[in-house]
Amino acid sequence: MTPASADLSPQTAWMLAVRDGRDREAFAALFDHFAPRLKGFVMRSGTSGAQAEEIVQEVMLTVWRRAHLFDPHRAQVSAWIYQIARNRHIDVIRKERRPVPEELGEDPGTEPDASQIMALDQETGRLKQALERLNPDQRIMVEKAYLGEMTHHEISEQTGLPLGTIKSRIRLGLERLRHELKGMR
Amino acid sequence: MTAITHHTPDAMLAAYASGSLADPFALVVAAHVSLCPECRAALEAHQTLGGIVLETTRSEAPSAGLKSSVLARLDEPAPPEPHYRRSGVFPGPVMAALKGRPPRWKSLGLGVRQSMLSADRDGSVRLLYIPPGQAVPDHSHNGLELTLVLQGSFADETGQFGVGDLEVAGSDLEHMPTAGVGAPCICLAATDAPLRFKSFLPRMLQPLFRI
Repeated sequence: MTPASADLSPQTAWMLAVRDGRDREAFAALFDHFAPRLKGFVMRSGTSGAQAEEIVQEVMLTVWRRAHLFDPHRAQVSAWIYQIARNRHIDVIRKERRPVPEELGEDPGTEPDASQIMALDQETGRLKQALERLNPDQRIMVEKAYLGEMTHHEISEQTGLPLGTIKSRIRLGLERLRHELKGMR
Repeated sequence: MTAITHHTPDAMLAAYASGSLADPFALVVAAHVSLCPECRAALEAHQTLGGIVLETTRSEAPSAGLKSSVLARLDEPAPPEPHYRRSGVFPGPVMAALKGRPPRWKSLGLGVRQSMLSADRDGSVRLLYIPPGQAVPDHSHNGLELTLVLQGSFADETGQFGVGDLEVAGSDLEHMPTAGVGAPCICLAATDAPLRFKSFLPRMLQPLFRI
């Protein structure tokens, strides 16, 4: 654990303990938090309970095995796990690897910058509030889109989808992310 | 390298993040994101939203044994995952599609070459090699076409595209891309439907070359 860990969200602190210390207790805590959510998330798109558990298992093992790629300055734990879950879900359905971008690993030994990680936390919190303020129809639409239930065509045609509303929030975070990504190529 | 000016549209990044984009397009988006920090940042912002949806979706209690069975597997050796790095002008995801081997070019005539990466009912994705100054036959699309420049440049009715630029062409666009002078133009191009050529000869060759 780093000195800054007191200021981090529990999920981020657990994830860093898994990444840097291969901490099994922290992993168990991540499992308790995310496994029920992952199972609910995967089942919402019509997957059976048994297959959903198989995917949850694969996702959580991937979290353990690829922990070195987690960079708290760029991603919230939930966002990082979301992306793993989408990839694994699709890999399982199609029995084929989905095309993924090149990985940007953090330089080994980089000290976590608590202020930056907290800024990302806060931005995500604001994004979450923005999502909660949407009317129910719009909210359902956003959920459907990120659950993978809408095609690209539907997303681009869906004028009711408040991508624009959310985009202004996203844009706030973009400058910082862009700064982060500079020099990482 | 000049700055990237043609980016992945936001709806497409959202579709990619959520996994609903067909594989041929997903490969082009993954390749573009590998070259474009701006679109990577935008993609990560979409993933942040996805993470919020994951956090707030109704939970389902896992069955009793799931946790212990995952914990018991932590010491298992990880299955080998092929890892493809960028090679020359080809970003990692393109190398993955090539399975780490150099492209196998086939001539389409007039110095234009292609290397098919995949073709099925979801569409097709291929590498195109166009000699400097050469035009690609006038064509329009039944569906959507994505073209990512990996080397050189091309220009068409809609603008100028350099390394890293992504052109998104809908079925309404009938265009004649022409490679810039200088280096040959190498592109990654994906369609969800066969291209329609205006002139007779390429149309006859179409089934032959799967273009």
